[in-house]
Amino acid sequence: MNRLAGDHAPLSGSDRRFYAVLGLIGGLYVFLLLAMLVADAAYTTPGHLWQALQSPEIRYAIRLSLLSCTLTTLLSLWVAVPLGYLLSRTRFPGREIVDLIVEIPIVLPPLVVGLSLLILFQTAPGRALEQFFPVTYAIPSVILAQFMVACAFAVRTMRTTFDQLSPRPEQVALTLGCHRAQAFWLVAFPAARRGMLAAATLAWARSLGEFGPILVFSGATRFKTEVLSTTVFLELSVGNLEAAVAVSLLMVVTAVAALFVLRHWGRETALGEPRRS
Amino acid sequence: MITVEQLTISAGKFALRGLSFALPPGSYAVLMGRTGSGKTTLLEAICGLRRVESGRIRLGTDDMTDWPPARRNIGFVPQDAALFPHLKVREQLGFSLAVRNQPVALIRQRVEELAGWLGITPLLERSVAGLSGGEIQRIALGRALAFQPRVLCLDEPLGALDEETRDAMCRLLEEIQTRTGVTVLHITHSSAEAERLADCVLQLHDGKLEVHHG
Repeated sequence: MNRLAGDHAPLSGSDRRFYAVLGLIGGLYVFLLLAMLVADAAYTTPGHLWQALQSPEIRYAIRLSLLSCTLTTLLSLWVAVPLGYLLSRTRFPGREIVDLIVEIPIVLPPLVVGLSLLILFQTAPGRALEQFFPVTYAIPSVILAQFMVACAFAVRTMRTTFDQLSPRPEQVALTLGCHRAQAFWLVAFPAARRGMLAAATLAWARSLGEFGPILVFSGATRFKTEVLSTTVFLELSVGNLEAAVAVSLLMVVTAVAALFVLRHWGRETALGEPRRS
Repeated sequence: MITVEQLTISAGKFALRGLSFALPPGSYAVLMGRTGSGKTTLLEAICGLRRVESGRIRLGTDDMTDWPPARRNIGFVPQDAALFPHLKVREQLGFSLAVRNQPVALIRQRVEELAGWLGITPLLERSVAGLSGGEIQRIALGRALAFQPRVLCLDEPLGALDEETRDAMCRLLEEIQTRTGVTVLHITHSSAEAERLADCVLQLHDGKLEVHHG
């Protein structure tokens, strides 16, 4: 059995039992995860997948999912980098409260996020905005619903990223002639690029899987606000299990691909030498 | 001349109170004291990285107590060197000049001059990953010297080096001072370093400062 890196002490009988118990508990979970994915893959056939991809409704959902997730990711980074930096590097009045508030979407039931957005746009300012710029039950509502949850994860990731980066290089930059903004752009920002990639991947993957808030706030109208997670729900509700599983598998493959990109890129930069073109 | 008058700095429960000393231009001062005695805190206050509660810090006739770090013209080499991980050695050395919008040709000339002097010319095109402790300290020194500061603050620059490298770095520090005439404030735990380099020893003990001129 492979043990901790650098731990080469001989194993006694009780050590083996200890590792066996750990392996058994962890192994069960890993097995269950794999079994789920294998069951999905076994249920569907290339024919089902092809058929699903031919459906104009599902094609629309794929396009809207890609577009909304990408926009949500850009918006989330736009907010998460400055907010994560502020929470990590500065001490301002009310910081603890802000820190708590941005964690709310992580612990709130997703349906409640959707319902709260719906209610927000029923208030006077919300209705006034809707007159010029329709949000509820339209495409912007999909992006907003995804953003409210995904951004919280991005902020948390960026905050941890800046927490782990020593402030010393930025302080040195100040003594070398930078003002705060220059120290941020020239030193902290480039050093945080791995964290930004992680935040972006997480935000993208969260948005792809977002369902509850979109169902409540955007509805599930075909050719309008249907994203891939809505498709799974709609196909299931009309008893088309094959199409639901085919689309699910599509989402699994996309999510796993995102995970691989993140891991691969993360490892390369962790070794220190930035990639040269 | 750098003058510190009745300086009080608090950092959490810990406080330095009423510290005063003066270093003539071109002097080499060594700051000593136990771990946790506030040496780094004092250095940070002089560099402008820590707010002072009361007292003044002057450089010549300028009262720079409330100046931002960028305006002070003080070179700072922190304990871990804190090189910029994404920049090549050449860019580290030229950083302060690039920030000051100096012409590219001038930056190149200054960087090459510094690199030759510090013995790091072969490293100029490298990234900082995989450099040795001695190389890292030389680059950090070069980065702090590039803009010709009036004062150089060094936080245990030789702490993590083996004896041979430390000896070479001591020679380099002596040479830097002879060449540039910069006033140096250098934190160390080593009395051998102090004896070799210092013309003034500042001893921090229980929040109080004793000054011994060599």
